Amino acid sequence: MNFSALIIDITLWGSVAVLGFMAWQRGRVVLVSSVREGSMDFINIMPRIALGVIGSGYIAAVIPPEVITGWLGPDSGWLGVLTAVIAGAATPGGPVVGFSIGAVAMKVGGGPPQVVAYVVAWALFAFQRMILWEIPFMPARFVWFRAAVSLPFPFLAAAIAMAIGKP
Amino acid sequence: MKDPAPADDGETRPKRARKPVGWSMIFIGVLVAVCVALVWRRDGIDGVLNILTHDLFLFGEILPRVLAGCLLGAFIAEILPHEKVSRALGPTSGLKGLLIGTAFGAILPGGPFTAYPVAAALLTVGADFGATIAMVVSWTLIGYGRAVAWELPILGVDFTLWRIVISLPIPVLAGALGRFVYVRVYPKGEPS
Repeated sequence: MNFSALIIDITLWGSVAVLGFMAWQRGRVVLVSSVREGSMDFINIMPRIALGVIGSGYIAAVIPPEVITGWLGPDSGWLGVLTAVIAGAATPGGPVVGFSIGAVAMKVGGGPPQVVAYVVAWALFAFQRMILWEIPFMPARFVWFRAAVSLPFPFLAAAIAMAIGKP
Repeated sequence: MKDPAPADDGETRPKRARKPVGWSMIFIGVLVAVCVALVWRRDGIDGVLNILTHDLFLFGEILPRVLAGCLLGAFIAEILPHEKVSRALGPTSGLKGLLIGTAFGAILPGGPFTAYPVAAALLTVGADFGATIAMVVSWTLIGYGRAVAWELPILGVDFTLWRIVISLPIPVLAGALGRFVYVRVYPKGEPS
């Protein structure tokens, strides 16, 4: 386990301890019932997370990385923005993969607005995060609703980047 | 949505609805099955088993964090006063509610295993879709954790700072759009 994972786990369980203490201050019954509630959620969510983790490994395996970088080519117009958005949503793996693909695209001549659109689309729609985390934890209606109303924003971000000429 | 755990009677608090197996999970299941078949055709049974063992390890690694996230969500649902949450983050909270959601998403520590359980808990204690969308979008777009740990070193300071500046209005706009669409799609409130 590396250092940053350790920090994450310490903050995570630290917050659990602090909130658990606050619940306990309201009475033992409150603490017991919320621990039971949380454990029930955990048992309920576990199969979904299992399907998400194992499944996204297989989905990632059939998406060749060249396809993603190909979509993020040097096309500098709105078509380039559109393919960047699709590439962002289809990028498998965690933040290292996503940002590294963005960095490679910059180096091979991808326009900054397209890379901005890619990073924003990846943050909003990366399929692995949605399958693995958002859908298991949130009501399905919310997830689809959230994704639908987020659709315009990678394009807006690219438009702003074009307008201000940054980064 | 049904609640299969009617154990505590006399509870006045709204119980958290357990998620039934919905179309989303069926869709993902089918997609995964297709991908497993593709991997099997390409790499044989060894390829399938390799990915399986790797992912099972990953699953074991994140399980404790999922448990912590579930406990966090349950504590928050229990501790936060419902009237105050629905005033601050409910459907009538206006721009202020969207800004609170955005600020909360931006400072929330941890990863997806904290953000989504906390967001789900906020929904159950009275936040509306708009404020929750602002929170989730803010967490993914301007949350400092990922930007500092990954984006800065890989994409550089200049790119990262401008990308965040450009992203700043998006959570509020997404939340506002969410509210705008919500009252038109569900004029009588969310169906259950």
